[in-house]
Amino acid sequence: MDVPEQAAAGSAPQRVSGFFERRREQIAQRWADAPLFRSVFTVSRDEAVEACKAVVDALSDVTATGRIEDIGAPGFATVRRQLGGMAATRARTGCTSAQIADEVAALRGPAVELLREEFPDPSTADAHESVLALTLVMSTLRLVVMETALTEGADLIERQRQQLLEVATPVIKLWEGTVAVPLIGTLDSARSQVVMESLLEAIVDQRARYAILDITGVPTVDSLVAQHLMKTVAAARLMGAECIVSGIRPAIAQTIVQLGIDLGTVVTRASLADALAYALGRQGIEVSRADAGASAR
Amino acid sequence: MSQPFPASPQVPVLALGDILLVTLQGELHDGMAEQLQQDLTHRIAASSVTGVVIDISGVEIVDSFLGRVLAEIASTAGLLAARTVLAGMRPAVAITLVELGLTLPGLVTALDVDRAMELLSPREA
Repeated sequence: MDVPEQAAAGSAPQRVSGFFERRREQIAQRWADAPLFRSVFTVSRDEAVEACKAVVDALSDVTATGRIEDIGAPGFATVRRQLGGMAATRARTGCTSAQIADEVAALRGPAVELLREEFPDPSTADAHESVLALTLVMSTLRLVVMETALTEGADLIERQRQQLLEVATPVIKLWEGTVAVPLIGTLDSARSQVVMESLLEAIVDQRARYAILDITGVPTVDSLVAQHLMKTVAAARLMGAECIVSGIRPAIAQTIVQLGIDLGTVVTRASLADALAYALGRQGIEVSRADAGASAR
Repeated sequence: MSQPFPASPQVPVLALGDILLVTLQGELHDGMAEQLQQDLTHRIAASSVTGVVIDISGVEIVDSFLGRVLAEIASTAGLLAARTVLAGMRPAVAITLVELGLTLPGLVTALDVDRAMELLSPREA
């Protein structure tokens, strides 16, 4: 087999691409024993070999197009999901990003060894160039793995943010004409917008006269949060409902005063129960014990 | 007096007992809003009106001008001893007004015309 002659044809990346194609099986076998693949595909070695082959094919594609330093090269697209999944699996077992990067870098060694075997004289310029190209494409692979892992993380965060928005703002009907929103967690602009919208919708649907904003679950109130609260109160008032802010803990009351936030126009109560009592009282509803009459009897 | 919008129809003002009911619908351009302000003031002054209900449930956009006109109608009516209630604001309109910083502090609001009439009834007063 006149490998050197074959290897000598074309530019360095193309030679490396040819090398990947010819030695696909061998590279895959060696990589399957590397810590990265061994620790992800714990069940069967064949599975690891298959995964390695997919990566080798991708690298072969990328080197054939000559875009060995481009992490956006189309060749990588086919293995992106697989690489992301592998990185996620490693991350779940407690690996840091640096460790994962090192494990990907460790794949270079076996591949370079195999490439050197293709050249009878490793000191020729061709051999150097090919090793260099291989090294470059392997570093690009490392970058692709890191980039994919980061993108997956960002996607996850975005999904969870959406779920938080949906979950955290229920509007509860407490009584005929009285609705309440228990606010939990920090109020930012996006969340207060959702709270405001759902509260106003509920005021229309329930024909509510009183709306209670309970901030027991809000850890801190700063001037921004207070501003969001005031906006919600003002919007509810424009709809013809009176807003009551309840659940102001002593520490928060002190903070509000120290920050000089003026909640003077807003009706405030210490607890949700007090707020409900206020709303009922204003509607002329009286709640009394059922046994009050019985004891008199 | 020159009429800037000669073709603009007047906003109908209904008298229900001693309450005036104004229903605004669709887009209300500035000329119409000013015309309404004048009409209402004259009506309140001419008859013994104790309350004005402005129903804006059919209005999709309240800009700063209309917001100011509504506030002015309320203060003018107040001077003439009539109370004004703004009824039926849509959630989207309320959010926009608040974002614009127009919280209309002097205005009494109600969920719908029914509630507004309740507010103006002698029992509530």
